[in-house]
Amino acid sequence: MRKVSLFNVASLTFGFAFLYLPILLLVMYSFNEGRSAAVWVGWSTKWYVSAFNNGQLMDAAWVTIRVALMSATVATVLGTAAALALTRYTRFRGRLLFSGMIYAPLVMPEVITGLSLLLLFVAVDFERGFWTITLAHITFTMCFVAVVVQSRLVSFDMSLEEAAQDLGCTPFKTFFLITLPIIMPAVVSGWMLAFTLSIDDLVISSFNTGPGATTLPMKIYSDVRLGVKPEINAVCTILIVIVSMAVIAASIMTKRQEMERQRAEKLAMAQT
Amino acid sequence: MGAKTLGPVRRRFSPWNDPDAKPLIEFKNVIKRFGDFTAVNDVSLKIYEREFFALLGPSGCGKTTLMRMVGGFDEPTSGDVLLDGKSIKGVPPYHRPVNMMFQSYALFPHMNVKENIGFGLKMDGLPKGEIDARVQEMLKLVKLEPFATRKPHQMSGGQRQRVALARSLAKRPRVLLLDEPLGALDKKLREETQFELMDLQMTLGMTFLIVTHDQEEAMTVADRIAVMDHGKLIQVAPPSEIYEQPNSKYVADFIGDINLFEGKVAACADNVIRMESPALGTVIEVEDDEHCTVGEDAWFAVRPEKMRISLDQPAQTGLNVVAGEVWDIGYLGDSSIYHVKLANGKTVRATIANTDRMVERPIGWEDKVWLTWPRDAGVVLTR
Ligand SMILES: Nc1ncnc2c1ncn2[C@@H]1O[C@H](COP(=O)(O)OP(=O)(O)OP(=O)(O)O)[C@@H](O)[C@H]1O
Ligand SMILES: [Mg+2]
Repeated sequence: MRKVSLFNVASLTFGFAFLYLPILLLVMYSFNEGRSAAVWVGWSTKWYVSAFNNGQLMDAAWVTIRVALMSATVATVLGTAAALALTRYTRFRGRLLFSGMIYAPLVMPEVITGLSLLLLFVAVDFERGFWTITLAHITFTMCFVAVVVQSRLVSFDMSLEEAAQDLGCTPFKTFFLITLPIIMPAVVSGWMLAFTLSIDDLVISSFNTGPGATTLPMKIYSDVRLGVKPEINAVCTILIVIVSMAVIAASIMTKRQEMERQRAEKLAMAQT
Repeated sequence: MGAKTLGPVRRRFSPWNDPDAKPLIEFKNVIKRFGDFTAVNDVSLKIYEREFFALLGPSGCGKTTLMRMVGGFDEPTSGDVLLDGKSIKGVPPYHRPVNMMFQSYALFPHMNVKENIGFGLKMDGLPKGEIDARVQEMLKLVKLEPFATRKPHQMSGGQRQRVALARSLAKRPRVLLLDEPLGALDKKLREETQFELMDLQMTLGMTFLIVTHDQEEAMTVADRIAVMDHGKLIQVAPPSEIYEQPNSKYVADFIGDINLFEGKVAACADNVIRMESPALGTVIEVEDDEHCTVGEDAWFAVRPEKMRISLDQPAQTGLNVVAGEVWDIGYLGDSSIYHVKLANGKTVRATIANTDRMVERPIGWEDKVWLTWPRDAGVVLTR
């Protein structure tokens, strides 16, 4: 028994080290006084200052955030609509094909998604740049949103909508007053997922970019090829902080909701 | 049953016997198919204003489907549904003056009790003051005033059920549809609530259409019961008639406990039907004004409590009497049920109310007994 648990501890340690050591190193060296990523000289925040003063880097960050905000929002609307259509109209013709097509991009190699979108934009002669990246991100994040929202909708009690209509609510109003508020946590998670996916996408963005539209991952990637600058470490650390804060916020949100519900249910049980 | 009062005494009320009465809801040859499955099969039915009407039947017989066609959630495949003499086919649920209390209660989880109850009024665009007043009135009606700001998940099953009831009553609909409203409650709460529902229906003067598969519940609350089977109406009648005068073996068997004797019609004259049942070794005479044909296969149906059980041989044998041996006795407190095995192996049940003082010798296991019944105790069924 002891041997097994020792093995477990070892593999756990190793696994986590493998996962987080590189990130830790990166964070650590972003505070390194020296230029080299290999030698620790001393504590300093100067690379953060210089990152914020680096116009190109900041432009890329700004593009990334704008693309992510816009594409996540549009993808959430479209993905939610697709999820609704797929769970509600279970008997329309070609449903199987349609739902299959929604899931396919999840497993499609990014290279293919990126390339095919590029071909499309070239074919319709769409000027490549900010908008093509945004459109491409909407396309590939939409199906993630659809999957997240759909998994919530399958357990949605349809009689809630019927009850609303029974009480005089039109189907349109029912969606905004009943359905949407109830599935909101799933929609928000979908949005966050789309947002993070968009922020760290490199491949699809690279295919569909044009002059003047460089996202942060693209900028980092191209800079790193010319040698790692500690500025990049600083920017990456900021990215890590943003993404992990979003993830932690989302999980705390759902946790708290769950706990509140359980507490309330206990209260109700005690009252009867 | 309960010592609870019935509220206002039930009035003599039978508009269904009045040929001039106008029905509030009318089903006209309604058929509802899902694919090639027929859920409701050629139903014609009239329900009158202020009636408490129950749809009763086994699971899957189409009760909910029939009710949903009044609410507007399902449309008939053919036939018509009328409200106040006007067809409501194609009218969406949000334009029908009908409200439904759902089997699952369907309370909006993100709204508190007050908001749930006021939802329909808000949709109607009533001024805020009026909504508040009406919500308060409803809360009082269902005795939930202290819970006004609770969310549904903070309440017990019984309280949720009250919120659902209040919400469906708040708009004062012409018809209230109740789909197994008491399904989730325990027996005691259920019986209490049945009486409360009856009280409510009386005081509000509304028309209630209730779906249930609990025959006792239907008998307790309803003015009339429709017994359904496989999408068809088998019998529509007041509870006492359903119980005393079932029109078929199906209804007789579905409602309460009953003994069925098989035989052949030997004669029918002067409202008396004479049945021969060689298997029982007796002739059965029944007062019944039903039409029948001599020689037809028939069943005599008689309730256990209408049977008399005796250790002494009756004066006249061969007519409305069978002999057997006590096989089993079930003591139920207020009554005892005797299972009597006849010579042909069939078991007949007889219920004896435990009101008599101790008889000199109570009937026990393996006693030879005679079962007799008067001519008006049962009915002859031919289907
Ligand atoms: N939307 C639907 N699609 C296909 N079949 C349906 C649909 N709704 C109901 N049915 C079928 O119609 C039949 C009647 O259903 P209904 O819900 O009316 O039964 P019920 O009498 O209310 O039963 P229960 O007592 O179990 O609630 C069932 O066999 C059911 O499977
Ligand atoms: Mg049902």
